[in-house]
Amino acid sequence: MNTLTRPLESLGRATVHAFAGVGYAAALLGESLYFAVFGWRIGQPLRLRAVLEQMRQIGVDALAIVTLLALTIGVMLGIQFIAALSEFGAQSQVVVAVAKSVTREFGALITAILVAGRSGSALAARIGSMSVSQEVDALATMGIEPVRYLAAPALIAMLVMLPVLTILADAVAILGAALYSSPALNVTPAAYISQTLSLLSAGDVWQGIAKSAVFAVLITLIGVSTGFSVAGGAEGVGRATTRAVVLSICWIIVVDMIFSFFLNR
Amino acid sequence: MTSASAPLIDVTKLEAWYGRRRILNGVDFAVNAGEIRVIMGGSGSGKSTLLRHLLGLHKPRSGTVRLLGVDIARASERELLAVRRQIGVSFQGGALLTSLSVGDNVALPLREHTNLDEATIRIMSRLKLEVVNLGGFQDLMPAQLSGGMVKRAALARAIAMDPKLLFFDEPSAGLDPVVSAELDELILRLRDALRMTIVVVTHELESAFKIADSITVLDQGDILMTGTVDAVRHCDNERIQDLLNRRPREIQVDADAYLKRLTEEAA
Repeated sequence: MNTLTRPLESLGRATVHAFAGVGYAAALLGESLYFAVFGWRIGQPLRLRAVLEQMRQIGVDALAIVTLLALTIGVMLGIQFIAALSEFGAQSQVVVAVAKSVTREFGALITAILVAGRSGSALAARIGSMSVSQEVDALATMGIEPVRYLAAPALIAMLVMLPVLTILADAVAILGAALYSSPALNVTPAAYISQTLSLLSAGDVWQGIAKSAVFAVLITLIGVSTGFSVAGGAEGVGRATTRAVVLSICWIIVVDMIFSFFLNR
Repeated sequence: MTSASAPLIDVTKLEAWYGRRRILNGVDFAVNAGEIRVIMGGSGSGKSTLLRHLLGLHKPRSGTVRLLGVDIARASERELLAVRRQIGVSFQGGALLTSLSVGDNVALPLREHTNLDEATIRIMSRLKLEVVNLGGFQDLMPAQLSGGMVKRAALARAIAMDPKLLFFDEPSAGLDPVVSAELDELILRLRDALRMTIVVVTHELESAFKIADSITVLDQGDILMTGTVDAVRHCDNERIQDLLNRRPREIQVDADAYLKRLTEEAA
């Protein structure tokens, strides 16, 4: 019976496990938002200082790398679109192609993947090592809710900083594309950018920003929940860190696809 | 001291399970105000599990745990917070937050639970560090401390809010005899000077006999006895004497169960 039932059993176990994980993450989201809004009423206030510190780590410290990557992506898109569109003699369409693809997709996606690698993993590692060394237990026995102290500030900071970083990435990527493509299109970079601005609608930019807010929730919840569920010492922390990054990036890409589908119908 | 009629800790018929394994078999346990109670037992006796239930880190499968008169499994958030402000815990590994300095660790409960101004908090946390003989070490990070200093810093954090009830998990684990003797002295002093009720979980006999007013001996999820140091020393229970005299226990092998364990395919 074993050869037949064992795969079924492990499939069942994995399914239950996955659902439990999603449920746990949802509970974390609910609790974090609850503490952020009502925490001060029950003696568990969300500290502004903690939020600002997280905002610095998640956002300010990532400025340089986001700028660099966004610029590179912009140049890359310029190269690809000029090559592809010139086959049809449609080089003038490069501007609109870059503008729409950056604001709707690439700005949010690249920023989210970068932040997942930087901050999602850091959250999982930090909270994971804290659970292993009983620091999370110590917080709880001191009457400091671990979710309020560790998860809520990260969630709020991420919800603010990821959209901000996305807007920055949008702007820098378009600048990168302008710098590369304007000579090929025989316009000045300034003219390229003003043309971009006239072609873009607010909806394009909002689409990217809305996505980035969803990505922010995903990255935080996956980082925090894998961190809290670490077991098995230092090795467990390492595994949780990897898991947080891989899971975050997978979810980001899948959710991005789903969003794009519904927003562009 | 408060009346002996209302114990600070009152545990009735506590059962605990890890998966399908029962760790505590309906334990009754009470600690009165002002005493130092040592929970003793070998590895796997359930003493750590009992402690985690006392701290409210696990919800009991059945039975109740009352701290300071509050049933902590059924208390509201607000009641539970009120209880937690009155207890201090020193964990086995210290569990200092590694991202904060020693001083900030000690000040953390004060910052989170009081509206005192920063200068007062600084003075209070330094006072607590002086109590545990760590005066002047407030700017070091936990990673820069030795094992004994970590435990003392953790103790300073545990008493930061002047708790009524102090829990101490394995105070002497991993420390040399001199340092652990100093910690024992410190525990006695805290009870006498600050009138705390203290629960110590340990398997170190020497330190247990030195500090305890009464001792609870746990074995395989059951309380074997609760009594004074002398009563425990002179108890004729075989398991307790095994523990006291470091005798290996005689394990009786059940042939059927043994065979079943060897041949069983999945747990």
